[in-house]
Amino acid sequence: MNDNVKPGSTRTKGDLLLDIRNLEIEGESDEVWRPIVKGVDLTLKRGEVLGLIGESGAGKSTIGLAAMGYARGGCRISGGSVVFDGIDLLGASDEIRRKMRGSRIAYVAQSAAASFNPAHQLMPQTIEAELREGIRGHGDAVKDAVELYRRLRLPNPGEIGFRYPHQVSGGQLQRAMTAMAMTCRPDLIIFDEPTTALDVTTQVEVLAAIRDIVEQFHTAAIYITHDLAVVAQMADRIKVLRYGKSVEEAPTREMLASPREDYTKSLWSVRKLGKQEQAAGEPILQIKNVTAAYGNAVRVLNDVTVTVPRGRTVAVVGESGSGKSTLARVITGLLPPIEGQIIFNGEALPPALKERSQDTLRRIQMIYQMPDTALNPRQTVYEAIGRPIEFYRGLTGAKKEARISELMKLIEMDDSYVDRFPGELSGGQKQRICIARALAAEPELIICDEVTSALDQIVQEGILQLLMRLQRELNVSYLFITHDIATVRAISDEIVVMFQGRVVQQGPKTKVLSPPHPPYTELLLSSVPEMDPDWLTNLLARRKVQPEAMKAGDR
Amino acid sequence: MTESAQTGQAMAAPAQITRRGRLSRAWRVLRKAPPTAWFGMIVIAIYLFAAIFAPLLAPYPETELVGGAFEPWGGAYILGTDQLGRDMLSRLIYGARNSVGIAVLTTVLSFVIGSALGLTAAIIRGWVDQVLSRAVDVLMSIPQLIFALVLLSIMGSSIINLVIIIAVLDSTRVFRLSRSVAQGVVVMDYVEAARLRGERLPWIMRREILPNIMAPLVAEFGLRFCFVFLTISALSFLGLGIQPPTADWGSMVRDNAALISYGDVTPLLPAGAIALLTVAMNFVVDWFLHKTSGLRE
Repeated sequence: MNDNVKPGSTRTKGDLLLDIRNLEIEGESDEVWRPIVKGVDLTLKRGEVLGLIGESGAGKSTIGLAAMGYARGGCRISGGSVVFDGIDLLGASDEIRRKMRGSRIAYVAQSAAASFNPAHQLMPQTIEAELREGIRGHGDAVKDAVELYRRLRLPNPGEIGFRYPHQVSGGQLQRAMTAMAMTCRPDLIIFDEPTTALDVTTQVEVLAAIRDIVEQFHTAAIYITHDLAVVAQMADRIKVLRYGKSVEEAPTREMLASPREDYTKSLWSVRKLGKQEQAAGEPILQIKNVTAAYGNAVRVLNDVTVTVPRGRTVAVVGESGSGKSTLARVITGLLPPIEGQIIFNGEALPPALKERSQDTLRRIQMIYQMPDTALNPRQTVYEAIGRPIEFYRGLTGAKKEARISELMKLIEMDDSYVDRFPGELSGGQKQRICIARALAAEPELIICDEVTSALDQIVQEGILQLLMRLQRELNVSYLFITHDIATVRAISDEIVVMFQGRVVQQGPKTKVLSPPHPPYTELLLSSVPEMDPDWLTNLLARRKVQPEAMKAGDR
Repeated sequence: MTESAQTGQAMAAPAQITRRGRLSRAWRVLRKAPPTAWFGMIVIAIYLFAAIFAPLLAPYPETELVGGAFEPWGGAYILGTDQLGRDMLSRLIYGARNSVGIAVLTTVLSFVIGSALGLTAAIIRGWVDQVLSRAVDVLMSIPQLIFALVLLSIMGSSIINLVIIIAVLDSTRVFRLSRSVAQGVVVMDYVEAARLRGERLPWIMRREILPNIMAPLVAEFGLRFCFVFLTISALSFLGLGIQPPTADWGSMVRDNAALISYGDVTPLLPAGAIALLTVAMNFVVDWFLHKTSGLRE
């Protein structure tokens, strides 16, 4: 590891490497071509990292791919120019473009798990491009790959290359993919949301590894993300995109200190949402010493005890695999626990779904992470919301329609949406419909399973505000499962921290969020990126002084 | 009350708009259909028309002896007469009603059985799935036509027996298809949501899963219909299918087969009718599959 290089502004920038002018890209749907990217200019110097941010559909990934002269299926580059190191990529032959990709321009995709071939070990895949290009012989290539693994701080760099993709963790796989991109020492790497699918604790590692290696080799990079705090750590310059157009562009510190455009300011303000913590009243749900497992496998939940007070929000946080979602499955009865009890409104619930009465089912509702799969694509909004009303309340005809209209008002949507199919709604609207469907049952407890993590930040804010307003008006309780600490700050009254199927810490929000923390909570909280561009540097420095804080999450 | 009335009105308007939208969208899709698909749809429409209006279209009744045996084409009998002196054209037209009608009935029955069991297996899983799937494996391991012949000889070849036997044998394939496509839908959150709501199995099957697997099922319906149609025709040709005097293309080929050695193409007419419908159906299914898989992108 190279400790001498200071991150951020001190890096020397070379001459112009990439020059994209007036780029226009169209996408096809229903045999009509519609513009996706509408005249974007982008320049990049050697060794510079440019952050591209914006919500989904802003054209970030499409522009990232266009920088390689590539348009994905159903898209075409319809105008503008992409000049890479003096070569016009759009005018060049396929042969030249193919030679550029991999050897001089590399791409790191969001899902490393989907990008590696599961049938081959990591090493042959890592060195494939350089062997094909004849840059190194096989022996040297392996040696070089091991060196890259070491620099990316992968455990056992000498051996990890001989594992298969499913034998390493997601964070390690993402680093292996970065090594793959690095093997040819490209001039430019495009990182397309490389850490979005990772837990915060793993994300820190990957971010640090990517930043170091890009600096060491003086590689230029385009870093695509929707997470402002992440881009603040990585980029020298930030470009904000919306609807396929550039909103504004500035050096990172300047952009963070004083965003000019209203849209950029709104992106910045989302994370400032907050809720006054309220004292707990009588409990509505008590989970007592619950242990659960899938089949005869390892216990996913181990002696978990959680209490949800009426009319309050309990946030369950933890990384993937900590048992958060399993807890939800146990409460809803989908996975009967091996031991322990679930007490709802003072009465023990039957463990299995089948044994529960319709009225019990009505009182506990669930909202899912992915509104796309939570709504039946062949049912209109009317059917989706109308069914629980009919099913639980027995209302039909005009009464049912009146209730639907009432619910639409609650979720701040127009009656005109009721005849639409989910495919005709945006992600945020779909999630609102899911909320309405849960509310239609008039529940006392709603389990929210990562309800905002699939949404853009601005949309997230709207959904969270809606949930908080509904709680004030309807006194409904939430069990809010999330891995996002910003969301927890925004909406919770109490926090439960889970790690590997156990409850590590629980208590009122202010207490859990203020030090001193147990080691795992400390690790989790400190891993959440902040908008400060020096955050990652300072964090890594701090952790070097207190290495024991890392241990809990180092896997 | 006034509020609910207003809501009703508010909702009636957009409903109409979407419905009109869907109709015009369907027309847009149809207009862009390739010539093969148009050919297929027109042929199928003609067959359906002939089947429904057979008594009006046919110049003579289905089973009446109107002339001598094997009269030549032209004159009073446009396509001549058969071995007993019944009008060939009339029997061809009535044959559309019988052959196609029975094949449709059989296919529908096989889909009801196959998809109901297939969806049940996909939703419940566990031993129910095991029992059903292994039973289907056993049925499918016996050659279908021979199995049908054996069963028909044991049970007697009435139309009801024919329909039931072919439907049950054919439902095995529908079972496999619907089970495998439903497995992809069962894992969706909206199915879990319905189960958490406390919905019963039939509702989950009909409302949550079936609409989402309609496209492959409809395409399979077209293809299954072709196979059922061919199987029934083959059985009739062998004399175990639809029994005389009912007009049926399969048995018409057999009854008039002797003519072919005199250079008369008459026995090829019912055979051609069978072939044409099968080809037309395949064209339409091809286009439909292409269309639905394209839309899923």
